[in-house]
Amino acid sequence: MSRDKSNQKSIRSMIQEKKSSRSQSAVMEKVVPKIFLICAIISIFTTLGIVFTLLTETFTFFSRVSIVEFITNTRWFPFTSDENADYGILALVMGTLTVTAIAMVVAIPVGLAAAIYLSEYASAKTRKVIKPILEVLAGVPTIVYGFFALTFVTPLLDKIIPGGISIFNALSPGIVVGIMIIPMIASLSEDAMNAVPNSMREGAMALGATRFEVAIKVVLPAALSGVIASFVLGISRAIGETMIVTIAGGSRPTADINVTESIQTMTAYIVQVSQGDTGFGTTIYYSIYAVGMTLFLFTLIMNLLAQFISRKFREEY
Amino acid sequence: MDITINKQMVQKDKKNQEFTPVFNINNLNLWYGQDHALKDIKFDIPEKQVTAIIGPSGCGKSTFIKTLNRMVEMVPIVRMSGEIVYRDKNIFDPKYGVEELRTQVGMVFQKPNPFPKSIYDNVAYGPRIHGIKNKKVLDEVVEKSLRGAAIWDEVKDRLNENAYGLSGGQQQRLCIARCLAIEPDVILMDEPTSALDPISTLKVEELVQELKKDYSIVIVTHNMQQAARISDRTAFFLNGEVVEYTDTSTLFSNPSDKRTEDYITGRFG
Repeated sequence: MSRDKSNQKSIRSMIQEKKSSRSQSAVMEKVVPKIFLICAIISIFTTLGIVFTLLTETFTFFSRVSIVEFITNTRWFPFTSDENADYGILALVMGTLTVTAIAMVVAIPVGLAAAIYLSEYASAKTRKVIKPILEVLAGVPTIVYGFFALTFVTPLLDKIIPGGISIFNALSPGIVVGIMIIPMIASLSEDAMNAVPNSMREGAMALGATRFEVAIKVVLPAALSGVIASFVLGISRAIGETMIVTIAGGSRPTADINVTESIQTMTAYIVQVSQGDTGFGTTIYYSIYAVGMTLFLFTLIMNLLAQFISRKFREEY
Repeated sequence: MDITINKQMVQKDKKNQEFTPVFNINNLNLWYGQDHALKDIKFDIPEKQVTAIIGPSGCGKSTFIKTLNRMVEMVPIVRMSGEIVYRDKNIFDPKYGVEELRTQVGMVFQKPNPFPKSIYDNVAYGPRIHGIKNKKVLDEVVEKSLRGAAIWDEVKDRLNENAYGLSGGQQQRLCIARCLAIEPDVILMDEPTSALDPISTLKVEELVQELKKDYSIVIVTHNMQQAARISDRTAFFLNGEVVEYTDTSTLFSNPSDKRTEDYITGRFG
Protein backbone atom coordinates (compact mmCIF):
# COMPACT_ATOMS: atom_id res chain seq x y z
CA MET A 1 0.00 0.00 0.00
CA SER A 2 2.67 2.51 1.04
CA ARG A 3 4.67 1.76 -2.08
CA ASP A 4 1.63 2.47 -4.24
CA LYS A 5 1.15 5.83 -2.60
CA SER A 6 4.70 6.98 -3.34
CA ASN A 7 4.62 6.59 -7.11
CA GLN A 8 0.87 6.65 -7.78
CA LYS A 9 -1.97 8.90 -6.72
CA SER A 10 -4.62 7.24 -4.58
CA ILE A 11 -8.02 6.52 -6.07
CA ARG A 12 -9.53 8.97 -3.61
CA SER A 13 -7.49 11.91 -4.92
CA MET A 14 -8.14 10.88 -8.51
CA ILE A 15 -11.87 10.92 -7.84
CA GLN A 16 -11.53 14.36 -6.20
CA GLU A 17 -9.86 15.69 -9.34
CA LYS A 18 -12.49 14.23 -11.62
CA LYS A 19 -15.27 15.81 -9.60
CA SER A 20 -14.71 19.20 -11.20
CA SER A 21 -15.23 17.78 -14.66
CA ARG A 22 -18.39 16.05 -13.48
CA SER A 23 -19.92 19.37 -12.49
CA GLN A 24 -20.20 20.17 -16.21
CA SER A 25 -22.26 17.06 -16.66
CA ALA A 26 -24.82 18.46 -14.24
CA VAL A 27 -26.20 20.39 -17.21
CA MET A 28 -26.51 17.14 -19.09
CA GLU A 29 -28.31 15.62 -16.14
CA LYS A 30 -30.97 18.29 -16.45
CA VAL A 31 -31.29 18.42 -20.23
CA VAL A 32 -31.25 14.72 -21.10
CA PRO A 33 -34.49 13.81 -19.25
CA LYS A 34 -36.26 16.66 -21.07
CA ILE A 35 -35.15 15.28 -24.45
CA PHE A 36 -36.40 11.84 -23.42
CA LEU A 37 -39.71 13.36 -22.34
CA ILE A 38 -40.13 15.02 -25.74
CA CYS A 39 -39.53 11.66 -27.45
CA ALA A 40 -42.22 10.09 -25.28
CA ILE A 41 -44.64 12.93 -26.01
CA ILE A 42 -44.12 12.59 -29.78
CA SER A 43 -45.59 9.09 -29.74
CA ILE A 44 -48.52 10.20 -27.62
CA PHE A 45 -49.30 13.12 -29.93
CA THR A 46 -49.04 10.88 -32.97
CA THR A 47 -51.64 8.56 -31.46
CA LEU A 48 -53.88 11.49 -30.59
CA GLY A 49 -53.46 12.88 -34.12
CA ILE A 50 -54.46 9.57 -35.67
CA VAL A 51 -57.52 9.28 -33.45
CA PHE A 52 -58.47 12.91 -34.21
CA THR A 53 -58.20 12.42 -38.01
CA LEU A 54 -60.16 9.18 -37.81
CA LEU A 55 -62.88 10.80 -35.74
CA THR A 56 -63.39 13.94 -37.87
CA GLU A 57 -63.48 12.08 -41.17
CA THR A 58 -65.71 9.41 -39.67
CA PHE A 59 -68.17 12.12 -38.56
CA THR A 60 -68.26 13.48 -42.10
CA PHE A 61 -69.02 9.97 -43.35
CA PHE A 62 -71.87 9.54 -40.90
CA SER A 63 -73.34 12.87 -41.95
CA ARG A 64 -73.87 11.27 -45.37
CA VAL A 65 -74.63 7.64 -44.42
CA SER A 66 -76.78 6.85 -41.42
CA ILE A 67 -75.00 4.99 -38.63
CA VAL A 68 -77.98 2.62 -38.37
CA GLU A 69 -77.53 1.56 -41.98
CA PHE A 70 -73.81 1.20 -41.41
CA ILE A 71 -74.38 -1.26 -38.58
CA THR A 72 -77.48 -3.13 -39.77
CA ASN A 73 -77.10 -3.39 -43.56
CA THR A 74 -75.45 -6.63 -44.62
CA ARG A 75 -74.35 -5.45 -48.06
CA TRP A 76 -71.22 -3.43 -48.79
CA PHE A 77 -71.41 -2.10 -52.31
CA PRO A 78 -69.98 1.42 -52.56
CA PHE A 79 -68.74 1.49 -56.16
CA THR A 80 -71.91 2.70 -57.79
CA SER A 81 -73.96 5.87 -57.90
CA ASP A 82 -74.39 7.38 -54.45
CA GLU A 83 -78.12 6.65 -54.19
CA ASN A 84 -77.64 2.93 -54.99
CA ALA A 85 -74.59 2.47 -52.76
CA ASP A 86 -74.72 0.09 -49.78
CA TYR A 87 -72.58 0.73 -46.75
CA GLY A 88 -73.24 -2.24 -44.46
CA ILE A 89 -70.05 -2.80 -42.47
CA LEU A 90 -71.21 -6.30 -41.51
CA ALA A 91 -70.08 -7.64 -44.90
CA LEU A 92 -66.52 -6.49 -44.26
CA VAL A 93 -66.58 -7.45 -40.58
CA MET A 94 -67.65 -10.98 -41.49
CA GLY A 95 -64.73 -11.23 -43.93
CA THR A 96 -62.32 -10.12 -41.23
CA LEU A 97 -63.81 -12.41 -38.59
CA THR A 98 -63.83 -15.43 -40.93
CA VAL A 99 -60.14 -15.01 -41.71
CA THR A 100 -59.36 -14.38 -38.02
CA ALA A 101 -61.30 -17.47 -36.91
CA ILE A 102 -59.51 -19.70 -39.42
CA ALA A 103 -56.18 -18.17 -38.42
CA MET A 104 -56.78 -18.86 -34.73
CA VAL A 105 -57.91 -22.44 -35.40
CA VAL A 106 -54.49 -22.93 -37.00
CA ALA A 107 -52.36 -20.79 -34.69
CA ILE A 108 -53.66 -21.59 -31.19
CA PRO A 109 -53.19 -25.39 -31.15
CA VAL A 110 -49.91 -25.34 -33.07
CA GLY A 111 -48.48 -22.36 -31.21
CA LEU A 112 -49.49 -23.72 -27.82
CA ALA A 113 -48.13 -27.18 -28.57
CA ALA A 114 -44.86 -25.64 -29.71
CA ALA A 115 -44.70 -23.56 -26.52
CA ILE A 116 -45.33 -26.61 -24.33
CA TYR A 117 -42.67 -28.55 -26.18
CA LEU A 118 -40.11 -25.76 -25.88
CA SER A 119 -40.83 -25.04 -22.24
CA GLU A 120 -41.41 -28.54 -20.83
CA TYR A 121 -39.71 -31.08 -23.07
CA ALA A 122 -36.92 -29.51 -25.11
CA SER A 123 -33.39 -29.55 -23.73
CA ALA A 124 -31.67 -26.23 -23.27
CA LYS A 125 -29.71 -26.94 -26.46
CA THR A 126 -32.78 -27.64 -28.60
CA ARG A 127 -34.49 -24.53 -27.28
CA LYS A 128 -31.47 -22.43 -28.20
CA VAL A 129 -31.80 -23.62 -31.80
CA ILE A 130 -35.58 -23.57 -32.22
CA LYS A 131 -36.45 -20.25 -30.59
CA PRO A 132 -34.38 -18.05 -32.91
CA ILE A 133 -35.81 -19.91 -35.93
CA LEU A 134 -39.32 -19.17 -34.68
CA GLU A 135 -38.41 -15.53 -34.30
CA VAL A 136 -37.06 -15.41 -37.86
CA LEU A 137 -40.42 -16.75 -39.02
CA ALA A 138 -42.03 -13.81 -37.22
CA GLY A 139 -39.78 -11.44 -39.16
CA VAL A 140 -40.82 -12.55 -42.67
CA PRO A 141 -42.53 -9.61 -44.46
CA THR A 142 -46.28 -10.17 -44.74
CA ILE A 143 -46.22 -9.62 -48.50
CA VAL A 144 -44.13 -12.77 -48.79
CA TYR A 145 -46.77 -14.63 -46.81
CA GLY A 146 -49.38 -13.14 -49.16
CA PHE A 147 -47.75 -14.61 -52.23
CA PHE A 148 -47.19 -17.87 -50.35
CA ALA A 149 -50.96 -18.00 -49.80
CA LEU A 150 -51.86 -17.12 -53.39
CA THR A 151 -49.31 -19.21 -55.30
CA PHE A 152 -48.78 -22.19 -53.00
CA VAL A 153 -51.57 -22.71 -50.46
CA THR A 154 -54.54 -21.86 -52.72
CA PRO A 155 -53.50 -24.28 -55.54
CA LEU A 156 -52.81 -26.94 -52.88
CA LEU A 157 -56.26 -26.47 -51.32
CA ASP A 158 -57.79 -26.55 -54.80
CA LYS A 159 -56.38 -30.06 -55.24
CA ILE A 160 -57.38 -31.27 -51.77
CA ILE A 161 -60.88 -29.86 -51.44
CA PRO A 162 -63.48 -31.77 -53.47
CA GLY A 163 -65.15 -29.36 -55.85
CA GLY A 164 -62.16 -27.04 -55.81
CA ILE A 165 -61.76 -23.58 -54.42
CA SER A 166 -61.91 -20.20 -56.09
CA ILE A 167 -58.63 -18.43 -56.72
CA PHE A 168 -59.51 -15.80 -54.11
CA ASN A 169 -60.98 -17.23 -50.93
CA ALA A 170 -61.03 -16.91 -47.14
CA LEU A 171 -59.50 -20.28 -46.29
CA SER A 172 -56.06 -19.83 -47.82
CA PRO A 173 -55.23 -16.41 -46.33
CA GLY A 174 -56.80 -17.57 -43.05
CA ILE A 175 -54.43 -20.51 -42.83
CA VAL A 176 -51.43 -18.39 -43.78
CA VAL A 177 -52.28 -15.62 -41.30
CA GLY A 178 -52.45 -18.44 -38.74
CA ILE A 179 -48.99 -19.65 -39.74
CA MET A 180 -47.74 -16.10 -39.43
CA ILE A 181 -49.10 -15.84 -35.87
CA ILE A 182 -47.76 -19.22 -34.66
CA PRO A 183 -44.33 -17.85 -33.66
CA MET A 184 -45.92 -15.00 -31.74
CA ILE A 185 -48.18 -17.29 -29.73
CA ALA A 186 -45.44 -19.89 -29.26
CA SER A 187 -42.88 -17.36 -28.14
CA LEU A 188 -45.10 -15.39 -25.75
CA SER A 189 -46.69 -18.53 -24.28
CA GLU A 190 -43.28 -20.09 -23.84
CA ASP A 191 -42.07 -17.02 -21.97
CA ALA A 192 -45.07 -17.25 -19.67
CA MET A 193 -44.56 -20.98 -19.04
CA ASN A 194 -40.84 -20.57 -18.54
CA ALA A 195 -41.53 -18.03 -15.82
CA VAL A 196 -43.32 -20.69 -13.73
CA PRO A 197 -40.84 -21.65 -11.00
CA ASN A 198 -39.24 -25.07 -11.24
CA SER A 199 -40.18 -25.83 -7.63
CA MET A 200 -43.79 -26.20 -8.79
CA ARG A 201 -42.84 -28.78 -11.41
CA GLU A 202 -40.83 -30.63 -8.78
CA GLY A 203 -43.79 -30.55 -6.41
CA ALA A 204 -46.02 -32.21 -8.99
CA MET A 205 -43.40 -34.71 -10.13
CA ALA A 206 -42.81 -35.77 -6.52
CA LEU A 207 -46.49 -36.78 -6.43
CA GLY A 208 -45.93 -39.15 -9.32
CA ALA A 209 -47.16 -36.85 -12.09
CA THR A 210 -45.90 -37.51 -15.60
CA ARG A 211 -44.29 -34.72 -17.60
CA PHE A 212 -47.51 -34.27 -19.57
CA GLU A 213 -49.57 -33.99 -16.38
CA VAL A 214 -47.11 -31.46 -15.01
CA ALA A 215 -47.35 -29.42 -18.23
CA ILE A 216 -51.15 -29.51 -18.55
CA LYS A 217 -52.28 -29.41 -14.94
CA VAL A 218 -49.61 -27.31 -13.23
CA VAL A 219 -47.53 -25.23 -15.63
CA LEU A 220 -50.27 -24.26 -18.08
CA PRO A 221 -52.76 -23.12 -15.41
CA ALA A 222 -50.01 -21.18 -13.63
CA ALA A 223 -49.05 -19.47 -16.89
CA LEU A 224 -52.64 -19.09 -18.12
CA SER A 225 -52.78 -15.30 -17.97
CA GLY A 226 -49.72 -14.97 -20.21
CA VAL A 227 -50.95 -17.71 -22.53
CA ILE A 228 -54.40 -16.18 -23.00
CA ALA A 229 -52.88 -12.74 -23.46
CA SER A 230 -50.79 -14.20 -26.29
CA PHE A 231 -53.98 -15.57 -27.90
CA VAL A 232 -55.70 -12.21 -27.70
CA LEU A 233 -52.69 -10.40 -29.14
CA GLY A 234 -52.67 -13.02 -31.90
CA ILE A 235 -56.36 -12.32 -32.63
CA SER A 236 -55.62 -8.62 -32.65
CA ARG A 237 -52.80 -9.17 -35.12
CA ALA A 238 -55.05 -11.31 -37.36
CA ILE A 239 -57.80 -8.67 -37.39
CA GLY A 240 -55.34 -5.99 -38.43
CA GLU A 241 -53.48 -8.15 -40.98
CA THR A 242 -53.61 -6.48 -44.39
CA MET A 243 -51.23 -7.73 -47.05
CA ILE A 244 -52.07 -11.44 -46.97
CA VAL A 245 -55.83 -10.89 -47.19
CA THR A 246 -55.48 -8.23 -49.87
CA ILE A 247 -53.45 -10.54 -52.09
CA ALA A 248 -55.19 -13.86 -51.50
CA GLY A 249 -58.64 -12.98 -50.08
CA GLY A 250 -60.23 -11.22 -53.00
CA SER A 251 -62.47 -8.15 -53.09
CA ARG A 252 -66.05 -9.34 -52.82
CA PRO A 253 -67.53 -8.24 -49.47
CA THR A 254 -70.13 -10.67 -48.22
CA ALA A 255 -71.88 -11.38 -44.96
CA ASP A 256 -72.29 -15.05 -45.89
CA ILE A 257 -69.74 -17.45 -44.52
CA ASN A 258 -68.30 -19.57 -47.30
CA VAL A 259 -64.61 -20.10 -46.82
CA THR A 260 -64.00 -21.34 -50.36
CA GLU A 261 -65.34 -18.15 -51.97
CA SER A 262 -63.88 -14.69 -52.38
CA ILE A 263 -64.33 -12.29 -49.46
CA GLN A 264 -63.12 -8.86 -48.47
CA THR A 265 -61.81 -7.79 -45.09
CA MET A 266 -61.89 -4.31 -43.60
CA THR A 267 -58.17 -3.88 -44.18
CA ALA A 268 -58.33 -5.11 -47.78
CA TYR A 269 -61.13 -2.63 -48.51
CA ILE A 270 -59.04 0.26 -47.23
CA VAL A 271 -56.17 -0.84 -49.48
CA GLN A 272 -58.51 -1.13 -52.46
CA VAL A 273 -59.83 2.40 -52.02
CA SER A 274 -56.41 3.89 -51.26
CA GLN A 275 -54.99 2.42 -54.46
CA GLY A 276 -57.89 3.33 -56.69
CA ASP A 277 -58.72 6.64 -58.26
CA THR A 278 -61.39 7.59 -55.75
CA GLY A 279 -61.69 11.34 -55.57
CA PHE A 280 -61.08 13.31 -52.39
CA GLY A 281 -64.31 14.28 -50.67
CA THR A 282 -66.45 11.48 -52.09
CA THR A 283 -68.46 9.24 -49.77
CA ILE A 284 -66.21 6.33 -50.69
CA TYR A 285 -63.21 8.38 -49.62
CA TYR A 286 -64.78 9.05 -46.21
CA SER A 287 -65.91 5.43 -45.88
CA ILE A 288 -62.35 4.22 -45.43
CA TYR A 289 -62.14 6.32 -42.27
CA ALA A 290 -65.32 4.78 -40.92
CA VAL A 291 -63.94 1.32 -41.70
CA GLY A 292 -60.62 2.32 -40.16
CA MET A 293 -62.41 3.49 -37.04
CA THR A 294 -64.25 0.17 -36.78
CA LEU A 295 -60.96 -1.67 -37.16
CA PHE A 296 -59.37 0.55 -34.53
CA LEU A 297 -62.22 -0.22 -32.11
CA PHE A 298 -61.83 -3.97 -32.69
CA THR A 299 -58.10 -4.01 -31.98
CA LEU A 300 -58.50 -1.61 -29.07
CA ILE A 301 -61.09 -3.88 -27.48
CA MET A 302 -58.82 -6.87 -28.05
CA ASN A 303 -55.86 -5.18 -26.41
CA LEU A 304 -57.96 -4.06 -23.45
CA LEU A 305 -59.30 -7.61 -23.21
CA ALA A 306 -55.73 -8.94 -23.15
CA GLN A 307 -54.89 -6.66 -20.23
CA PHE A 308 -58.08 -7.55 -18.39
CA ILE A 309 -57.49 -11.28 -18.88
CA SER A 310 -53.89 -11.01 -17.73
CA ARG A 311 -55.11 -9.57 -14.46
CA LYS A 312 -58.17 -11.76 -14.06
CA PHE A 313 -56.53 -15.14 -14.66
CA ARG A 314 -53.29 -14.43 -12.88
CA GLU A 315 -52.54 -17.26 -10.50
CA GLU A 316 -50.39 -15.53 -7.92
CA TYR A 317 -47.21 -17.30 -7.06
CA MET B 1 -13.85 -45.16 4.14
CA ASP B 2 -11.66 -46.48 6.92
CA ILE B 3 -11.95 -50.21 7.48
CA THR B 4 -11.93 -49.98 11.27
CA ILE B 5 -14.79 -47.54 11.19
CA ASN B 6 -16.67 -49.80 8.90
CA LYS B 7 -16.27 -52.66 11.34
CA GLN B 8 -17.44 -50.57 14.22
CA MET B 9 -20.42 -49.45 12.21
CA VAL B 10 -21.35 -52.98 11.31
CA GLN B 11 -21.12 -54.02 14.93
CA LYS B 12 -23.18 -51.12 16.09
CA ASP B 13 -25.69 -51.74 13.40
CA LYS B 14 -25.94 -55.37 14.34
CA LYS B 15 -26.59 -54.38 17.89
CA ASN B 16 -29.34 -51.94 17.01
CA GLN B 17 -30.62 -53.27 13.78
CA GLU B 18 -33.85 -54.91 14.61
CA PHE B 19 -35.91 -53.15 12.01
CA THR B 20 -37.54 -53.93 8.71
CA PRO B 21 -35.83 -51.85 6.05
CA VAL B 22 -37.82 -49.95 3.42
CA PHE B 23 -34.71 -48.96 1.52
CA ASN B 24 -31.50 -50.94 1.09
CA ILE B 25 -28.83 -48.77 -0.48
CA ASN B 26 -25.90 -50.70 -1.91
CA ASN B 27 -22.68 -49.13 -3.23
CA LEU B 28 -24.45 -46.06 -4.51
CA ASN B 29 -22.18 -43.70 -6.44
CA LEU B 30 -23.29 -40.50 -8.09
CA TRP B 31 -21.50 -37.98 -10.25
CA TYR B 32 -22.49 -34.52 -11.44
CA GLY B 33 -20.35 -34.41 -14.56
CA GLN B 34 -16.86 -35.03 -13.15
CA ASP B 35 -17.84 -34.21 -9.60
CA HIS B 36 -18.10 -37.37 -7.49
CA ALA B 37 -20.96 -36.32 -5.21
CA LEU B 38 -21.89 -39.61 -3.52
CA LYS B 39 -19.27 -42.29 -2.78
CA ASP B 40 -20.12 -45.92 -2.07
CA ILE B 41 -23.14 -45.18 0.05
CA LYS B 42 -24.36 -48.29 1.80
CA PHE B 43 -27.02 -48.40 4.48
CA ASP B 44 -30.56 -49.41 5.24
CA ILE B 45 -33.46 -47.13 6.08
CA PRO B 46 -35.94 -48.48 8.64
CA GLU B 47 -39.68 -48.70 8.33
CA LYS B 48 -41.89 -46.40 10.40
CA GLN B 49 -39.01 -44.55 11.97
CA VAL B 50 -37.48 -41.17 11.39
CA THR B 51 -34.06 -41.28 9.77
CA ALA B 52 -32.16 -38.01 9.88
CA ILE B 53 -29.37 -37.13 7.48
CA ILE B 54 -26.97 -34.51 8.80
CA GLY B 55 -23.76 -33.01 7.51
CA PRO B 56 -22.21 -29.72 6.42
CA SER B 57 -23.29 -27.89 3.25
CA GLY B 58 -22.24 -29.64 0.07
CA CYS B 59 -21.77 -33.03 1.72
CA GLY B 60 -24.32 -34.67 -0.58
CA LYS B 61 -27.20 -35.05 1.85
CA SER B 62 -29.77 -33.34 -0.42
CA THR B 63 -28.43 -35.20 -3.44
CA PHE B 64 -28.79 -38.45 -1.52
CA ILE B 65 -32.40 -37.90 -0.49
CA LYS B 66 -33.29 -36.92 -4.05
CA THR B 67 -31.91 -40.20 -5.40
CA LEU B 68 -34.41 -42.08 -3.24
CA ASN B 69 -37.30 -40.89 -5.44
CA ARG B 70 -35.09 -40.27 -8.47
CA MET B 71 -35.76 -36.53 -8.46
CA VAL B 72 -32.01 -36.09 -8.83
CA GLU B 73 -32.39 -37.16 -12.46
CA MET B 74 -33.89 -33.77 -13.27
CA VAL B 75 -30.27 -32.58 -13.38
CA PRO B 76 -29.23 -33.50 -16.94
CA ILE B 77 -25.55 -34.26 -16.23
CA VAL B 78 -26.11 -36.75 -13.43
CA ARG B 79 -24.69 -40.32 -13.57
CA MET B 80 -25.22 -43.09 -11.06
CA SER B 81 -24.04 -46.60 -10.24
CA GLY B 82 -24.99 -49.11 -7.56
CA GLU B 83 -28.48 -49.95 -6.47
CA ILE B 84 -31.26 -48.74 -4.25
CA VAL B 85 -33.73 -51.44 -3.31
CA TYR B 86 -37.14 -50.22 -2.24
CA ARG B 87 -39.20 -53.06 -0.77
CA ASP B 88 -37.44 -55.74 -2.83
CA LYS B 89 -37.49 -53.75 -6.07
CA ASN B 90 -34.50 -51.98 -7.57
CA ILE B 91 -35.73 -48.45 -8.23
CA PHE B 92 -33.41 -48.08 -11.22
CA ASP B 93 -35.01 -51.10 -12.92
CA PRO B 94 -36.52 -49.72 -16.15
CA LYS B 95 -39.58 -51.88 -15.57
CA TYR B 96 -40.26 -50.05 -12.32
CA GLY B 97 -41.66 -46.72 -13.48
CA VAL B 98 -40.44 -43.53 -11.91
CA GLU B 99 -44.03 -42.27 -11.49
CA GLU B 100 -44.95 -45.43 -9.60
CA LEU B 101 -41.94 -44.96 -7.32
CA ARG B 102 -42.85 -41.35 -6.60
CA THR B 103 -46.40 -42.37 -5.79
CA GLN B 104 -44.99 -44.60 -3.04
CA VAL B 105 -42.19 -42.26 -1.98
CA GLY B 106 -43.47 -38.73 -1.43
CA MET B 107 -41.38 -35.65 -0.91
CA VAL B 108 -41.54 -32.34 0.95
CA PHE B 109 -39.15 -29.66 -0.23
CA GLN B 110 -36.93 -27.10 1.40
CA LYS B 111 -39.01 -24.15 0.27
CA PRO B 112 -42.79 -24.56 0.46
CA ASN B 113 -43.96 -25.05 -3.12
CA PRO B 114 -47.75 -25.14 -3.22
CA PHE B 115 -49.41 -24.84 -6.62
CA PRO B 116 -51.03 -21.47 -7.36
CA LYS B 117 -54.44 -23.03 -6.83
CA SER B 118 -56.93 -23.22 -4.00
CA ILE B 119 -56.00 -25.06 -0.82
CA TYR B 120 -58.50 -27.77 -1.75
CA ASP B 121 -57.11 -28.22 -5.26
CA ASN B 122 -53.57 -28.40 -3.92
CA VAL B 123 -54.41 -31.38 -1.73
CA ALA B 124 -56.69 -32.99 -4.32
CA TYR B 125 -54.07 -32.67 -7.06
CA GLY B 126 -52.31 -35.97 -6.28
CA PRO B 127 -55.44 -38.12 -6.05
CA ARG B 128 -56.82 -36.46 -9.20
CA ILE B 129 -53.81 -37.23 -11.38
CA HIS B 130 -54.02 -40.80 -10.18
CA GLY B 131 -57.57 -41.00 -11.48
CA ILE B 132 -59.72 -40.30 -8.41
CA LYS B 133 -62.51 -38.01 -9.58
CA ASN B 134 -65.36 -38.76 -7.17
CA LYS B 135 -66.18 -35.53 -5.32
CA LYS B 136 -67.15 -37.27 -2.11
CA VAL B 137 -63.98 -39.33 -1.99
CA LEU B 138 -61.88 -36.24 -2.73
CA ASP B 139 -63.62 -34.26 0.03
CA GLU B 140 -62.76 -36.98 2.50
CA VAL B 141 -59.16 -37.26 1.30
CA VAL B 142 -58.68 -33.49 1.55
CA GLU B 143 -60.04 -33.31 5.08
CA LYS B 144 -58.11 -36.37 6.24
CA SER B 145 -54.85 -35.12 4.74
CA LEU B 146 -55.21 -31.62 6.14
CA ARG B 147 -56.00 -33.08 9.56
CA GLY B 148 -53.01 -35.38 9.19
CA ALA B 149 -50.82 -32.39 8.50
CA ALA B 150 -52.26 -30.54 11.53
CA ILE B 151 -53.54 -27.64 9.48
CA TRP B 152 -57.24 -28.50 9.11
CA ASP B 153 -58.47 -26.19 11.88
CA GLU B 154 -56.60 -23.25 10.37
CA VAL B 155 -57.89 -23.67 6.82
CA LYS B 156 -61.22 -25.49 7.01
CA ASP B 157 -63.19 -22.28 6.38
CA ARG B 158 -61.07 -21.12 3.46
CA LEU B 159 -60.50 -24.24 1.38
CA ASN B 160 -61.28 -22.37 -1.82
CA GLU B 161 -58.79 -19.59 -1.23
CA ASN B 162 -55.44 -19.46 -2.98
CA ALA B 163 -52.72 -21.36 -1.14
CA TYR B 164 -50.37 -18.42 -1.54
CA GLY B 165 -52.43 -16.49 0.99
CA LEU B 166 -51.15 -18.81 3.73
CA SER B 167 -48.09 -18.10 5.86
CA GLY B 168 -44.83 -19.90 5.08
CA GLY B 169 -45.32 -22.40 7.90
CA GLN B 170 -48.90 -23.10 6.83
CA GLN B 171 -47.78 -23.51 3.22
CA GLN B 172 -45.23 -26.08 4.29
CA ARG B 173 -47.84 -28.06 6.25
CA LEU B 174 -50.14 -27.78 3.23
CA CYS B 175 -47.35 -29.32 1.14
CA ILE B 176 -47.12 -32.12 3.69
CA ALA B 177 -50.91 -32.58 3.40
CA ARG B 178 -50.57 -32.67 -0.39
CA CYS B 179 -47.99 -35.39 0.03
CA LEU B 180 -50.18 -37.37 2.47
CA ALA B 181 -53.18 -37.23 0.13
CA ILE B 182 -51.85 -40.03 -2.07
CA GLU B 183 -51.03 -42.09 1.04
CA PRO B 184 -47.39 -42.79 0.31
CA ASP B 185 -45.28 -45.36 2.12
CA VAL B 186 -42.21 -43.18 2.65
CA ILE B 187 -41.97 -39.41 3.05
CA LEU B 188 -38.73 -37.68 2.15
CA MET B 189 -38.19 -34.26 3.69
CA ASP B 190 -35.42 -32.05 2.36
CA GLU B 191 -34.70 -29.47 5.07
CA PRO B 192 -38.43 -28.89 5.50
CA THR B 193 -38.06 -26.25 8.23
CA SER B 194 -35.10 -24.25 6.97
CA ALA B 195 -37.36 -21.53 5.53
CA LEU B 196 -39.66 -21.43 8.57
CA ASP B 197 -39.81 -19.45 11.80
CA PRO B 198 -39.24 -21.25 15.16
CA ILE B 199 -42.92 -21.75 15.97
CA SER B 200 -43.74 -23.16 12.54
CA THR B 201 -40.63 -25.33 12.86
CA LEU B 202 -41.90 -26.70 16.17
CA LYS B 203 -45.26 -27.52 14.58
CA VAL B 204 -43.63 -29.38 11.72
CA GLU B 205 -41.39 -31.27 14.14
CA GLU B 206 -44.38 -32.34 16.23
CA LEU B 207 -46.09 -33.39 13.05
CA VAL B 208 -43.15 -35.58 12.06
CA GLN B 209 -43.46 -37.37 15.40
CA GLU B 210 -47.13 -38.02 14.66
CA LEU B 211 -46.54 -39.12 11.09
CA LYS B 212 -43.95 -41.77 11.90
CA LYS B 213 -46.70 -43.98 13.29
CA ASP B 214 -47.91 -44.52 9.75
CA TYR B 215 -45.03 -43.51 7.52
CA SER B 216 -41.32 -44.10 7.15
CA ILE B 217 -39.63 -40.70 7.15
CA VAL B 218 -36.23 -39.61 5.88
CA ILE B 219 -35.37 -36.06 6.81
CA VAL B 220 -32.38 -34.00 5.72
CA THR B 221 -31.51 -31.27 8.17
CA HIS B 222 -28.60 -28.95 8.79
CA ASN B 223 -29.90 -28.42 12.29
CA MET B 224 -28.31 -30.99 14.62
CA GLN B 225 -30.64 -30.21 17.50
CA GLN B 226 -33.54 -30.96 15.20
CA ALA B 227 -32.03 -34.30 14.23
CA ALA B 228 -31.47 -35.11 17.90
CA ARG B 229 -35.02 -34.10 18.81
CA ILE B 230 -37.02 -35.90 16.18
CA SER B 231 -35.09 -38.79 14.66
CA ASP B 232 -34.62 -42.41 15.65
CA ARG B 233 -31.54 -42.97 13.53
CA THR B 234 -29.04 -40.53 12.14
CA ALA B 235 -26.56 -40.71 9.30
CA PHE B 236 -23.65 -38.26 9.22
CA PHE B 237 -22.52 -37.39 5.70
CA LEU B 238 -19.20 -35.77 4.87
CA ASN B 239 -17.81 -35.13 1.39
CA GLY B 240 -20.22 -37.57 -0.20
CA GLU B 241 -19.52 -40.41 2.23
CA VAL B 242 -21.47 -41.82 5.14
CA VAL B 243 -19.11 -41.36 8.07
CA GLU B 244 -21.40 -42.79 10.68
CA TYR B 245 -24.88 -44.23 10.76
CA THR B 246 -26.45 -45.43 13.97
CA ASP B 247 -29.29 -44.73 16.34
CA THR B 248 -29.58 -41.07 17.13
CA SER B 249 -28.88 -41.20 20.86
CA THR B 250 -25.64 -43.11 20.30
CA LEU B 251 -24.49 -40.82 17.52
CA PHE B 252 -24.95 -37.70 19.59
CA SER B 253 -23.79 -39.06 22.97
CA ASN B 254 -21.07 -41.44 21.96
CA PRO B 255 -19.93 -40.95 18.36
CA SER B 256 -17.44 -43.56 17.22
CA ASP B 257 -15.73 -41.40 14.59
CA LYS B 258 -13.59 -38.37 15.38
CA ARG B 259 -15.10 -36.44 12.45
CA THR B 260 -18.62 -37.01 13.73
CA GLU B 261 -17.59 -35.82 17.13
CA ASP B 262 -15.94 -32.71 15.67
CA TYR B 263 -19.05 -31.93 13.67
CA ILE B 264 -21.63 -32.42 16.39
CA THR B 265 -19.57 -30.47 18.90
CA GLY B 266 -19.44 -27.63 16.42
CA ARG B 267 -15.74 -27.70 15.50
CA PHE B 268 -16.62 -27.36 11.82
CA GLY B 269 -19.62 -27.19 9.53
